[in-house]
Amino acid sequence: MAKFKGRVWRFGDNVDTDQIIPAEYLTTGNPAELAEHAFAKVRPNFPSEVRKGDIIVGGCNFGSGSSREHAPRALMGAGISCVVAGSFARIFYRNSINIGLPLIQCVVDVEDGAVLEVDTDNGIILDADSGKEYGFSPLPAFLQELFDAGGLVNYVKRKMGV
Amino acid sequence: MSRTISEKILNGDAGEIVEREVDYVMVNDVTGVPAFEALEEIGTPPILEKIVVIEDHYVPNKDIASAMQAKRLRDYVRKYNIKHYYPVEKGGVCHQLMIEEGFAAPGRLIIGADSHTCSYGALGAFATGVGSTEAGAAMASGEIWFRVPGTQKITVEGTLPKFVMGKDIILTLIGDIGVDGSLYAAHEFYGSAIRALNLSDRITISNMAIEAGGKAGIIPPDDKVFSYLDNRVIGSYKPVYADEGAQYADTFEYDAGSLVPMVAKPFLPSNTSPASELGGTAVDQAYLGSCTNGRIEDLRVAAQILKGRRVHRDTRMIVVPATRDVYMRALDEGLIKAFIEAGAYISGQTCGACLGGYMGVLAEGERCVSSTNRNFIGRMGHKDSEVYLASPATVAASAVTGHITDPNDLD
Repeated sequence: MAKFKGRVWRFGDNVDTDQIIPAEYLTTGNPAELAEHAFAKVRPNFPSEVRKGDIIVGGCNFGSGSSREHAPRALMGAGISCVVAGSFARIFYRNSINIGLPLIQCVVDVEDGAVLEVDTDNGIILDADSGKEYGFSPLPAFLQELFDAGGLVNYVKRKMGV
Repeated sequence: MSRTISEKILNGDAGEIVEREVDYVMVNDVTGVPAFEALEEIGTPPILEKIVVIEDHYVPNKDIASAMQAKRLRDYVRKYNIKHYYPVEKGGVCHQLMIEEGFAAPGRLIIGADSHTCSYGALGAFATGVGSTEAGAAMASGEIWFRVPGTQKITVEGTLPKFVMGKDIILTLIGDIGVDGSLYAAHEFYGSAIRALNLSDRITISNMAIEAGGKAGIIPPDDKVFSYLDNRVIGSYKPVYADEGAQYADTFEYDAGSLVPMVAKPFLPSNTSPASELGGTAVDQAYLGSCTNGRIEDLRVAAQILKGRRVHRDTRMIVVPATRDVYMRALDEGLIKAFIEAGAYISGQTCGACLGGYMGVLAEGERCVSSTNRNFIGRMGHKDSEVYLASPATVAASAVTGHITDPNDLD
């Protein structure tokens, strides 16, 4: 449960994990190192210009393709506060929830550079410039529990009693 | 209540979130190290009999960074004495190896930290790709959460025309439903054309479920699967079939006789056209390999087409047998010699250039016709290179002419 305010990086439909982090950089799992190459082929200015707290807005099927957890790790390493998209590819969705990158399923009509305020407690996204509000549904209860536990590792530790 | 194969294996109803014990958890040299890090963070001993570690992506080490990564993986393998461990010289592309080594079997629940884990659906398993952290968590706890998928029923009836392969069936389907047409859903395949396919072509179909956004691509197991598993499968297994009256989210029906060799153009697997309509598309490279189409059956089809012909002077052809076993059989059958004589280059078993790793990376402006599974921006190399996905038959025919070619149109 959190509130985020950040500047938008706008992407289209079907942003695949090869775009988010090309395969040639998959020789580390370190989020900060991965972030240096995020979107290297499609938005080469991203690593140098992204700021902590920025928000990625995508269309449908965000995170499609490879299972590489390096994709959400790269976004977290870049300081992205949350990803808003019309729909998410399933492995990217799992990975993000499991490692603590907030995902919000919502169709939002904004441009690059807009500022959004995301309130996950109340399920509201506010476009700070236009004043337009968007509503979204919370995560299923089990996934919220997992996310609130601090991610899958902590959830499993708690469940196994270690 | 009547259930689909996925609902029965996961023992839940579509939409429900369940936690289930898995039979196996597989990791490779890219996803393995972060998985072992998650395991160590949890701090309990790994459940050794469930863990399979396969090197395939960047081995033999392609550069210093990948060498360091592979070394770290091998250090974990030694530390925990992982018994199901396959270095590249003993193994090859992970999904083909999981099948060859008898891990994949009907009714099993298998996860792998690689998106094409869905390949094992061709043997009637529920198998799906996951991330590294959850693979590591499953190494510790033996279980993982699933959202039980709804199922799309795809039926292909009739007889496939000459040179139309499993690849053409799945590319046709993805072209029709889109790269998110099966988001969060499973496939079940039926019909006389599916039953007539060899296991290799069925694996190609299941392999690419993920390219429609799918969670699993399941083909009800039959005698072809059972006889393949004789003297191969580890342990016992129990086939699972859908109940009469199971509920399907969608149904799709195809007439096999109307299907043609199909190609997916850049930059989505859904961007399909018949190969016969792309004759003007010259190719710098023709790539035959991968978990999608690097099996002995694929190599046989390509070698047959290349017999008495040569790879075009402006095109380089790269052949990558998926596993050591495929390579050995290709040697025994004379296929390797045939490829070399036709002017192709042969690589050892590896994922290689499929994901732009090495062994065939594309330069700016280059175009590749490839038997692999993804044609995303920069997938096989430079951001301004292009990948056209096709069957082994179409790849071989295109290698001969130097441009995309329906194998039926060869002289």
